[in-house]
Amino acid sequence: MRSIRYREAVREALLEEMDRDEAVFLMGEEVGHYQGAYKVSEGLLAQFGEKRVIDTPIAEAGFAGIGIGAAMTGLRPVIEFMTWNFSFVAFDQIISNAAKIYQMSGGKITVPIVFRGPNGAAKQVGAQHSHAVSPFYVSIPGIWVAIPSTPRDAKGLLKTAIRDDNPVVFLEGETLYNVKGDVPETDDDELIPFGKARIAREGDGCTIVAWGSPYYTALEAAEELAKDGIECEVVDPRTLRPLDIETIVESVKKTNRCVIVHEHWPYGGPGAEIADQVQRRAFDYLDAPIERVASLDLPMPYATNLETLVLPTVPRVVEAVRKATYAR
Amino acid sequence: MTTIRRFEEESARAYAQGKIGGFLHLYIGQEAIAVGAAHALRDGDHVFQTYRDHGIALALGMTPRAGMAELFGKDTGCSRGLGGSMHFFDVENGFFGGWGIVGGHLALAAGAAFKSKYLNDGKVTICFFGEGATNIGGFHEAMSLAGLWKLPIVFVCENNQYAMGTPMSRTSAIEDLTLKAAGYGMIGDRFEGHDIDTTTSRLQLAVDRARNGGGPTFIEVQTYRFRGHSMSDPAKYRSRAELEERKKSDPCHIARTRLMEAGITEDQLDDIDVEIDTQIDDAIKFANESPPASEAFMHNSVYAPSLITDPHRYDPTNGGQA
Ligand SMILES: Cc1ncc(C[n+]2csc(CCOP(=O)(O)OP(=O)(O)O)c2C)c(N)n1
Repeated sequence: MRSIRYREAVREALLEEMDRDEAVFLMGEEVGHYQGAYKVSEGLLAQFGEKRVIDTPIAEAGFAGIGIGAAMTGLRPVIEFMTWNFSFVAFDQIISNAAKIYQMSGGKITVPIVFRGPNGAAKQVGAQHSHAVSPFYVSIPGIWVAIPSTPRDAKGLLKTAIRDDNPVVFLEGETLYNVKGDVPETDDDELIPFGKARIAREGDGCTIVAWGSPYYTALEAAEELAKDGIECEVVDPRTLRPLDIETIVESVKKTNRCVIVHEHWPYGGPGAEIADQVQRRAFDYLDAPIERVASLDLPMPYATNLETLVLPTVPRVVEAVRKATYAR
Repeated sequence: MTTIRRFEEESARAYAQGKIGGFLHLYIGQEAIAVGAAHALRDGDHVFQTYRDHGIALALGMTPRAGMAELFGKDTGCSRGLGGSMHFFDVENGFFGGWGIVGGHLALAAGAAFKSKYLNDGKVTICFFGEGATNIGGFHEAMSLAGLWKLPIVFVCENNQYAMGTPMSRTSAIEDLTLKAAGYGMIGDRFEGHDIDTTTSRLQLAVDRARNGGGPTFIEVQTYRFRGHSMSDPAKYRSRAELEERKKSDPCHIARTRLMEAGITEDQLDDIDVEIDTQIDDAIKFANESPPASEAFMHNSVYAPSLITDPHRYDPTNGGQA
């Protein structure tokens, strides 16, 4: 194990997969000469050349579609959205084409493609640039959705995503690129399967399900609560589709409480889906209603005093756990 | 133009001090275009711009106070601190926004022009965007519809040579962007945008054409941004020599020369500069002292006052307002 940044972990996954498979290429805005808007693809152009690290004009619908077409006919594209906010202009390509091709072709055509890029609010980038997009993509059958929180998960999940024969929406945390964490040595070739949650912290007081940036908010809240004797179990689903509901339900059966923390809006989405599945599968075990801590139901305001109110915070998670454990 | 230049310089400073957050895209080097456009327009006309929107907002009459307070995230800002640098709005002065998604606002501008045709109100719309935007679908669909329906609009492509770090040679198969307009049956014009006299007169021609029923025009103005794409871009993709060469045609210097040719003295110009400095200092002070963006307003900012529970209140004779 060595400690590397999330950004480097993503980069290593790209590098290793491109190295082992000639069919894998990276395409997107500023991925080559600029070395990536977030420096994720640093050095890849020098290593693989312009044939495989391809700078595009600003044309998301076009290059998403080109990626899908290339995937249908034998290549394994990795398409980078500079941020997921810009994927909406390509949404039709993903929902109408990528997600449908395998079924519509009677199982004849596969679409081994990864769409990846930074997701979620950064700091003060306003209403049009702060989307946490998982609810939109996770609702589409035919697409997998991965959302790694740690460098190790980012690397292992991305390698799996690139090798899979289905379209994968791979949501990196825009605020997580500098996070450091342990990652196995490069020759380990660690592949993390989809649909396997990770228990980040054990406890019997309350289950907290969290992913993406708020995963760290949840861990911090858990430490805070531990001081008052409430030991939380923090579960990171790692992929939202497929969703490892078993691990979450097992945890809730142990703790009898459940708090779900996420950055996307509260209406619908994976937060609501998990709450629904937990209440049906673990109804007899729940000692309190399931609580959810989400972004407020608003477009993101620019001003920093308001942005901090909108995003999930440690105090909000602490309060939700206290409520679920009747500890306040 | 100097007001814009000084406003941008001070925003960069305030950004470095952490008073401004998020993305900040400066207009330094492109001032002659916004100011030329503002001259060519009349009250009541409509303007749409990208996130690089401070210049045109000020040119159309927004006060530096309202702009700076927005950048500082204050309730007194032009968008009450909710929009930020990329989303200035000033409807009273005809400014319908700074927009963040490349290509996304072109159809909106065409929509404003559609309104003018629908109501026959004699107004013109100008829509600004970068050369990078001419590669996205939103550009082509808006141009196609505006050309088809002969809408009273002027599309102004501010070709500052780079889309973020990518030079145009790597984003467009053709160099003369007016060729893209030809396919939509639209008149094209193309010129350098450093001289305020040129930008004003050429934009005036297109605006007049639109106002007189001559349909839309696509204009490629060649310009250059003296700073990085945004504050987080060190602009390593271009050489110092290139930048220095471009700075020789600094639109603010050219404007100064033009004014002196017109008989204004150096002393008079210096006095104006001092006045502008005072105004910008005042804007910074105002922004610093203003109350923060309002939480109460944020909660009321999602929907306009709505009559869905009482639809009978709709009154078409009152512009649809309840
Ligand atoms: C659809 C979309 N894709 C990507 C981006 C990220 N982005 C913001 S500005 C920009 C470059 C735009 O260049 P250009 O259109 O030439 O305008 P300039 O900034 O030079 O004025 C990019 C890629 C975006 N905002 N929207």
